[in-house]
Amino acid sequence: MDYFQIALVTLEATIRLSVPLILAALAGLYSERSGIFDIGLEGKMLAAAFAGGAAAAVYDSAFIGLLAAIAVSVGLALVHAFASITQRGNQIVSGVAINFIALGATVILGQAWFRQGGRTPQLDGDSRFQAVTLPFAETLQSVPILGPIYENLISGHFLLTYFAFAMVPITWWVLYRTRFGLRLRAVGENPGAVDTAGISVPRMRYMAVICCGILCGFAGAYLSMAVAAGFVKGMTAGKGFIALAALIFAKWKPLNVMLACLLFGFLDATAILMQGHALPLIGEVPVQFMQALPYILTVILLAGFIGKAIPPKAGGQPYVKER
Amino acid sequence: MKNADLGWLRGKHMPSVVGQTNREANGWHMGDLAIELRGIDKSFGAVHANKNINLQVRKGTIHGIIGENGAGKSTLMSILYGFYQADKGDIQVNGAPTIIRDPNTAISLGIGMVHQHFMLVDNFTVLENVMLGAEENAVLNRGITKARAELKRLEDEYALEVDPDAVIEELPVGLQQRVEILKALFRGAEILILDEPTGVLTPAEADHLFRILEQLRDQGKTILLITHKLREIMAITDEVSVMRRGEIVATRETGKTSVEELAELMVGRRVLLRVEKGEANPQDVKLAVKDLTVRDSRGVVMVDNVSLDVRAGEIVGIAGVAGNGQSELLEAITGIRQAENGTVMLDGEPIRVTGEADPAELRKRGLAHVPEDRHHMGLVLSFEENENAILGYHYDEQFLNGPMLNLNNIRQEAAKKAEEYDIRPPDVRLKTANFSGGNQQKIVLAREMGRDPTVLVIGQPTRGVDVGAIEFIHRRIIEMRDAGKAVLLVSVELDEIRALSDRILVMFAGRVVGERTPDATEGELGLLMAGVEEAQEAAQ
Repeated sequence: MDYFQIALVTLEATIRLSVPLILAALAGLYSERSGIFDIGLEGKMLAAAFAGGAAAAVYDSAFIGLLAAIAVSVGLALVHAFASITQRGNQIVSGVAINFIALGATVILGQAWFRQGGRTPQLDGDSRFQAVTLPFAETLQSVPILGPIYENLISGHFLLTYFAFAMVPITWWVLYRTRFGLRLRAVGENPGAVDTAGISVPRMRYMAVICCGILCGFAGAYLSMAVAAGFVKGMTAGKGFIALAALIFAKWKPLNVMLACLLFGFLDATAILMQGHALPLIGEVPVQFMQALPYILTVILLAGFIGKAIPPKAGGQPYVKER
Repeated sequence: MKNADLGWLRGKHMPSVVGQTNREANGWHMGDLAIELRGIDKSFGAVHANKNINLQVRKGTIHGIIGENGAGKSTLMSILYGFYQADKGDIQVNGAPTIIRDPNTAISLGIGMVHQHFMLVDNFTVLENVMLGAEENAVLNRGITKARAELKRLEDEYALEVDPDAVIEELPVGLQQRVEILKALFRGAEILILDEPTGVLTPAEADHLFRILEQLRDQGKTILLITHKLREIMAITDEVSVMRRGEIVATRETGKTSVEELAELMVGRRVLLRVEKGEANPQDVKLAVKDLTVRDSRGVVMVDNVSLDVRAGEIVGIAGVAGNGQSELLEAITGIRQAENGTVMLDGEPIRVTGEADPAELRKRGLAHVPEDRHHMGLVLSFEENENAILGYHYDEQFLNGPMLNLNNIRQEAAKKAEEYDIRPPDVRLKTANFSGGNQQKIVLAREMGRDPTVLVIGQPTRGVDVGAIEFIHRRIIEMRDAGKAVLLVSVELDEIRALSDRILVMFAGRVVGERTPDATEGELGLLMAGVEEAQEAAQ
């Protein structure tokens, strides 16, 4: 295997591993930009993965699976919204609770329904998302360098992958070029300004949290119905938290989110690739170190070494009209 | 509703609107009413913020609403803007009865508000802030074009120039306020409410603001100006309503009233409380403040080069309308707020006022402090009484048992204090929130007075305290003086200052504008408090 091949394989894996991060981080972006911190990305993603895998297996339809994933994720998002917007509860506590509920409920329900040790039945055919081959992929195969790049990196991904990358410019556009985006950003910075402008703060925040739920649903569906052929317990494996780290690393900006997620995805890909291989001079890098790198980088960023990450000013605070 | 059509005629037989009868004779036009409030009532829990408010504001005028901090002005305006709903009462806008359910309704009625704390998104551009909530379309393109054109028009028409692409947090406060005004005009406001607009402005910026307001009025807009500064009322308003303790106590035509009258209406004549006290016997200077200057968090100078001495065995009272720097002065002296420059000597030794002072250390050095707001600073309401009774003195050896608290001693001591200061109920295990205001204040006083301080600094000793307790507290303060303590007293209650003080200093706009003996008349002090005699005094 030559270096070109290795690079291709690594980059292909990078894209595959970045997709759930991008979807979840964009989900978090909608919520946090509106002032609702969401530590429950992980839980929503996990619950969506389970719902998607289960529904797809039962109805033998990937589309129904996706709808179920989104519905469950939005449902949990609404629980978070009710607790933190309507009841003005602590957003961190609510998020942590959702993570635990998802972690436990998916296993219990999975075992009760399918009796496969918390797994959902194997998906294939119509019940699973299939990779899409873009036109000319095979024709161009023989073109040196560009051919393999087109075939492996651009073509041959799941629809959800293209959706995730399309959501980046779309989110940017929504945030900076639409009325909804203007109000969303405003409500996360100074809800008082939104309220006095005659816009309902709770309504804006509910809408943002629902957007978050929808995208988490996509992320979960991607995990259990595209990259894997079914739900496995705990399959998010901390991706929700990495996405949260990416969101902070990206300073809550959509384009940066994509780059941060690609970086974290790349680290993950190299970790897998380097497993068992010794690097010159350094020797073998433990895989755990590579897995910890996203968190380490985020901590370094938060400590102020790479510029400053300023969260939305009203983030985490329930809005109460002042007297 | 029976008064509905009487309009200004009511003025003829209501003493509170003296001067109305001569109105027509003087060629004053009785314009239509832009706003009429009838019987507006609003409570927040136990706080009765607005009591039966009746207010009429004529179109095309600048109507001032003046009152001390906490008089209920902002609440009233928030009701008018739909931020709160009144418990009772009717609102009429342009002669039509309306229910203002939310700011949206207010905006559609042509009411715009410039809030005391600007309602701007700091990291947005001027344009984005102006557009927020009035964007035209789901996609911003067209709205942006229109907003730019409209801003340009407003700029030409009212000379309100500001760069639409500037980011708010990079603009000086004066310009930020202009953006707030533009926001209201952009939404088609015909009635503009300004809540304490000059609080954050420099004098030059304030003058500019007034020119803008006059221009807006001349173009037919109605302006409601909320302030506690008499000078602004006199300078710019056509009519003025005075609020005191949640009520409108009078409405006057500005040209026919005087600062003296307004000052008196604002502060109000209160029941005179006389306390028996002998001659003061002042000894050495115990607290010496020199050239103290303090800025608040926004950078506004709140205490401006203040110097004062307090001697052992005397009470020095600081009078002034709330918000003229008294609070900041107290906080700087007691080490809670960092001063910009100046020195404070406690018993001949300097206090670090410009650096990080340590209030605990000041306590040990004999400076006791009864803070102005007992709920905020003086007590932890969810604590038991005995815990509050030692708060700040909990490092005293008698309350400690190694690293642990000596609960027995603490409770015994608290019980002793409760008896001595007549704290009722005398249950030291009771949660502090369950005591009445007067008894809560006694808990703080007992704690601070009972430790034999050299200097006692007291803010608002009887705010929210019932009459019986007031007398008790006043007696205690006099006893402290007679025991040779130096007492610095700050109160917005002029009667209290006059009853207790041996010398009275009047603060206005951060400066000490005069010193008087307690024999000074209320009128004389009132003028000083309003900042009126300042110019004359400086000239002499």
